Amino acid sequence: MNDNVDRIDDIVESIAPVLGMESIEKAAEPPEVQHPLVLEVKHVNGGYRTPGLIGRGKYHQVLFDVDFNIRHGEIMGLVGESGTGKSTLAKMILGMEKPEQGQIIHYTKRPQIIFQDPYSSLNPAYSVEWSLEEPLRVFGKYDEPERKRRVREMLARVELPEECLYAKPSELSGGQRQRVSIAAALIRRPRFIIADEPVSALDVTIQAQILQLLRDLREELDLSYLFISHDLNVVYQLCDRVLVMKKGRIVEQGTVDEVYDHPKEEYTKQLLAAAQ
Amino acid sequence: MKKYKLNGYLVAGIILTGIIILWIIAGRFYTPYNPTKMSSAKLQGPSLAHLFGTDKFGRDIFSRVMQGSGTTLVIAVLTILIGSVCGTIVGAMTGYFGGMLDEVLMRINDALTAFPSILLALVIISILGPGKQNVIIALGIVFIPSYARVTRTAFASQREVNYITSARLMGASSSRILLVHMLPNTLHVLLPAMTIGFNNAVLAEASMSFLGIGVTPPDVSMGYMLSEAQGMFKSAPWYALSVGMVIALLVFGVGLIGEGLQRRNKEVD
Repeated sequence: MNDNVDRIDDIVESIAPVLGMESIEKAAEPPEVQHPLVLEVKHVNGGYRTPGLIGRGKYHQVLFDVDFNIRHGEIMGLVGESGTGKSTLAKMILGMEKPEQGQIIHYTKRPQIIFQDPYSSLNPAYSVEWSLEEPLRVFGKYDEPERKRRVREMLARVELPEECLYAKPSELSGGQRQRVSIAAALIRRPRFIIADEPVSALDVTIQAQILQLLRDLREELDLSYLFISHDLNVVYQLCDRVLVMKKGRIVEQGTVDEVYDHPKEEYTKQLLAAAQ
Repeated sequence: MKKYKLNGYLVAGIILTGIIILWIIAGRFYTPYNPTKMSSAKLQGPSLAHLFGTDKFGRDIFSRVMQGSGTTLVIAVLTILIGSVCGTIVGAMTGYFGGMLDEVLMRINDALTAFPSILLALVIISILGPGKQNVIIALGIVFIPSYARVTRTAFASQREVNYITSARLMGASSSRILLVHMLPNTLHVLLPAMTIGFNNAVLAEASMSFLGIGVTPPDVSMGYMLSEAQGMFKSAPWYALSVGMVIALLVFGVGLIGEGLQRRNKEVD
């Protein structure tokens, strides 16, 4: 029943043209039924401009012919050194920046992001309950009892006790905050999540718990992920396929086993050697 | 809850300011004597009958201060309201949107800041004419730039923070992001700035009225009374002293609140 409601939401919630969301093109039919793809990134070139005094300023290209797709239910890893354009790519997929050339096609409703730093991803002025309810308030389709019900349900899914609802982010631990951030990203039931280094700020034991949670949520909520990380061990544990990025180019992609066992590129070999 | 944690400065400031404000509000409804009624008891020093003495027309100074400080309080409160509301709007727009708007508004802001504030108020008064309302408008305008600068930094520092990015991704409107998501996180700089602004406004009103460009009769304010007291400083020194004391206590009380707020911020950090 609930699932039906969410399917309708998928269709009802248009990808509103908010702040550069124009770059996202929505396919005509809700394709996840027939179509196994959730995201297609087609030959994307892009970068940023340093703001000039007059005109558009100097252009710095960051991404070069990035081309991949993500299939339904898949966890796609994205690895590479810092500064190779992983976060720029994430911003483009989220519609916060426009590609200079190429296309990004979404087959699900608007993706959400889980950030690396659990300290800045929750508004310090508000309680956890407020932060979880806000996406639903902004969405504006549910009345208050329904919002509260969904917030509590999602809190249980990320395995947090109900007392957490009334806490401020400053009263929670890093792991708890990251669970709240995950809940906030999932509260509107997106089908596709970008996780930008979601565990690299956490202790190793907490890391393992959060990774397990992400795995469980994929099954329960029918999710696909783009999992950005510089930690190849974490990617190996979690992901199905992996993209290796170097200086704005995808230099290698394939299943985790292929890439880890038989790396083709010298760069991938170096990364793997460094991770040993 | 942690949020409402008090400290000694805050408690002392709230008590002191509270007493003075209650006293001033009481003055709206009741004064021991009619503050404008002249009597034969001229130039009397402080006594039980006249706590602050009387002036050379035999008016009770305690009653006059009770009423006059009300005018000053209203001017100061409205001034910081105008200054902080307009300043926060400017600060929010420039801090959040940036770009050309930021450049233009902040350069105007710099230009306004470059004037000594009393001089700027004087220019505005000479255009609008004196009087209580115009003092409020003039001081309000003079106070905008400092609030704009303080809040701009607080808004700009949140612009790229993850929880604001999330708010944008969930489709929240700019006005909702500014008012609901960002504004509460600027209060830690805005509230202390308002207490400092309040004190500056009390002193600015006093100086303007003292110079004769402030409130006009029948309104009576602290500054107006000070300039009146100047004329009888030798015959009735208690006049200037009692007015000065009330100004000093009010400024001290609000200053304590400001200090308390700032210290509380540091503890939270």
